[in-house]
Amino acid sequence: MAAGAASGGSAKSDTYAEARTWLLLPAWAVLGIFILTPVLMMLVYSFLTKEFRGGVIWEFSFAAYDQFFCSRGLFGDEPCAIEWTYINIFWRSIWQAGAATLLSLVIGFPTAYFIATRPEHVRPIWVFLITIPYWVNLLIRTVSMKFMLRDQGPLNDFLISTGLIDSPIHIVNTNFAVQLGLFYSYLPFMVLPIYASVERYNFNLSEAAADLYANKMTTLRRILLPAVKPGVIAGCILVFVPSLGSFLAPDLLGGAKNFMIGSLIEEQFKGNAGNWPFGAAASMILLTMVLIILLIFARQQAKTEKGAG
Amino acid sequence: MARGKYDIKAFPGFLPMTILCLVILYAPLVVVTIYSLNDSNSITNWEGVSFRWYADVFTGPESEKFKVAAWNSFTIAIIAATVSTTIATLAATAMVRGGTFKLRTVSFGLISLPLMVPEIVTAVATLIFFNSIGFTRGYLTILMAHIAFCIPFAYMPISARMQGIEDSYEQAAMDLYATKRQAFTRILLPLMWPGIISGYILAFIISLDDFIITNFVKGAGVETLPTAIFGSVKQGIKPNIMAISTMLLAVSIIMVTISYFVSKSDNTK
Amino acid sequence: MKTLLKTTATAMALALAANAASAEGKLVIYHWFEYIPQELLDKFSEEHGVEVVMDTYDSNEALLASLKAGAIGTYDVAVPGDYMVQIMANQGLLDTIAEGELANKANIAEEWADPSFDPGRQHSIPYQWGSTSFSVNRDVYDGEINTTDILFDPPEELSGKINMLDSQGEVLAMASLHMGIPQCSTDRDQLKALNAMLQDAKGHWASFNSDTAKEVLVSGDAAVGQIYDGFGAKAREEGANLEYAFPQQGYVVWMDNVVLLKDAPNRDNALKFMDFLLKPENIAAVSNYARYGAGVTGVADHLDPALATLPESNPPADAGTGVFIEVCDQETQAVYDTIWTNLKK
Repeated sequence: MAAGAASGGSAKSDTYAEARTWLLLPAWAVLGIFILTPVLMMLVYSFLTKEFRGGVIWEFSFAAYDQFFCSRGLFGDEPCAIEWTYINIFWRSIWQAGAATLLSLVIGFPTAYFIATRPEHVRPIWVFLITIPYWVNLLIRTVSMKFMLRDQGPLNDFLISTGLIDSPIHIVNTNFAVQLGLFYSYLPFMVLPIYASVERYNFNLSEAAADLYANKMTTLRRILLPAVKPGVIAGCILVFVPSLGSFLAPDLLGGAKNFMIGSLIEEQFKGNAGNWPFGAAASMILLTMVLIILLIFARQQAKTEKGAG
Repeated sequence: MARGKYDIKAFPGFLPMTILCLVILYAPLVVVTIYSLNDSNSITNWEGVSFRWYADVFTGPESEKFKVAAWNSFTIAIIAATVSTTIATLAATAMVRGGTFKLRTVSFGLISLPLMVPEIVTAVATLIFFNSIGFTRGYLTILMAHIAFCIPFAYMPISARMQGIEDSYEQAAMDLYATKRQAFTRILLPLMWPGIISGYILAFIISLDDFIITNFVKGAGVETLPTAIFGSVKQGIKPNIMAISTMLLAVSIIMVTISYFVSKSDNTK
Repeated sequence: MKTLLKTTATAMALALAANAASAEGKLVIYHWFEYIPQELLDKFSEEHGVEVVMDTYDSNEALLASLKAGAIGTYDVAVPGDYMVQIMANQGLLDTIAEGELANKANIAEEWADPSFDPGRQHSIPYQWGSTSFSVNRDVYDGEINTTDILFDPPEELSGKINMLDSQGEVLAMASLHMGIPQCSTDRDQLKALNAMLQDAKGHWASFNSDTAKEVLVSGDAAVGQIYDGFGAKAREEGANLEYAFPQQGYVVWMDNVVLLKDAPNRDNALKFMDFLLKPENIAAVSNYARYGAGVTGVADHLDPALATLPESNPPADAGTGVFIEVCDQETQAVYDTIWTNLKK
């Protein structure tokens, strides 16, 4: 009930219902022309025949999807068996992006909360403190990160000098390095939405709960978290989804020994393979997958809002 | 708000977490700053302190390129962030305050679409698209692509914030004969401010950082900082890139400091 | 908010104004990143009164992808590698240089005048050439290094410390040399053996990195790194105790070439630029900058003397032969693509 009060049953609000078409029109127009049209073109491309070394031939073909799901051996002449290669690549990417999202949440939530509870006039300073590093190019940040984590890098030197460890921890070219890199790439995308939500939170609710002898963790879990859930979800989406398709952190910090979704697709357009329909098909499968996850999110959210309201 | 021992807002462990977060964020940048002062041609060997790479940025053979690239990057980032934040604010108002309507789910999907498509796909598709409508690639094509893919990054914090604002404030204002427009600009927008600023910043840094899409749609002769830097990096990262990065950091810190004092003097008035 | 809008409006106006500048005599070059000295471009502009605009790409395949996505017709010249010249010619992306259109064509060194990838130099002129092999850190390993075993079946000390280029062409060509099989084999047993060999070799490799191929060697993160000769020289000059290997089994040789693109908007200026680059003093400036070889006669006088003794560009007498990366037909290429995917899955 408290959760319902905090989120204000906002889903039901229809204050601007009659203006909504006009409010949405700019977004529809811009995204429709510059994102949806290109994506639809890619959808068409995924069903075309590949032209050798890039490009497409305008003949309908299912070959791209066949390549994704069917394993036909090294020479492509065996009967179709389930192809695990690409499924594994997808699974690995989801796992890495998920771990990076969790890491961002665990560190980003307390940070966002801490910032939102500072006195009002210093909050912008904290917000900027989080985003200043992002003025430096992602590539440079990732390379510097790698430098930090090297076997002979500053981190290991520091840990050894403090006596915490005896020999360097090997971090570069591991999964953990990739997660750390993704975390580093997208942290503000977790912190800022949560901050914007917590900032709005009415702490009288927590006080009321405390007056009713709820302890802090209970208050956090039962009162605060439901109230700032939209911010948390927004943050998770903004970290998880771009992490899925990214390839800079996996390549530089993970050693690129294994394809991630991003590098697999990149290779189809910019690499030796030059298989545009397959790259398009893999993108469409990724898109469908993410779309389903997001819709489940949205539906769940609508449900809790309805139930609470 | 001093509540003595029992501060309802404070959680033990949150401060250390914040500090840890800042350490992780800034440690690599300290490395960048230190190595920008390196006298060596290489970034991995240390050969003493020197400012020659800073001089190189302004007077070296690439200085003109970097100057133009920085100008392009910042103008594009400012315009793209402003336009996309405006579009996202309007869209969020419709999505959160527009009641239930048929196209709501579709609209949500459309808004998050730029997040879901891998950048390289958007890049190739956008290039094909621009070419097929006969649009010459250049500053404008970069700008339009940036506005489009910045929208979800601006939208997410704004809509999250708006969901946390009860519409009773606006209702109360309208009960007191405020028009809808007044309720929006006088009540909702001020309450939305932290969300809008968050969205603006995210859109800004996303635009400032983009390489893949920009590289495909930019056309000949128009560089942004990431495309110019990426070019230099291919031959090995030279300390002048570190110097540029350090100067960008310095500029951002100066801007933040100024805005802090400006806002402070506003408050005291 | 108002100030913000004002700033935005001003920025927009200024940006558009800056964009409007243009000149009549133009040349649009599509080039690799950092591969031509700015001074040389300025010299060309001055000599011919032509405004030079340059755009850059980061791999042969990226160049092809961009041109095929519709960028053809907006550039005058590009600088593809050997096998890419052949591919681009096959795809009809190149214009033919007629007899007599290039005044300095005779300057092309004899051994580069009729290359397999562009017989008779119909579409291209030489730009720079070099090799792709690997460098070994001599502090870590002091045994025999002139063998491809170092990459594919390394000694204990080097296992797990090897960086490969993240490039299908270079890795698979080197692997074929290692096994002594053709680069475009259609023999099923050979292909299966190649696939199996690479799977085993991968266990010895630490990473695939092209962008930081030089850095990992200089910093000591990798003890062996597949690398271009010019990069290998730079890495050594930056202080790492590196030696560039010329394996007995052979190594990869490459040549980048300036090509005349189809539908070049400034075809005349493109030809002027090619003639300009065929003058020994000009192409030597590129060599001195990029540290690779030029394919033009008479450059020796203009070259940095250090280049002549560079161990990376002067193979020992007993070195294997250098080979170009070959262009396979579609069906064969599909198998190699699968092998590469298997390697990185």
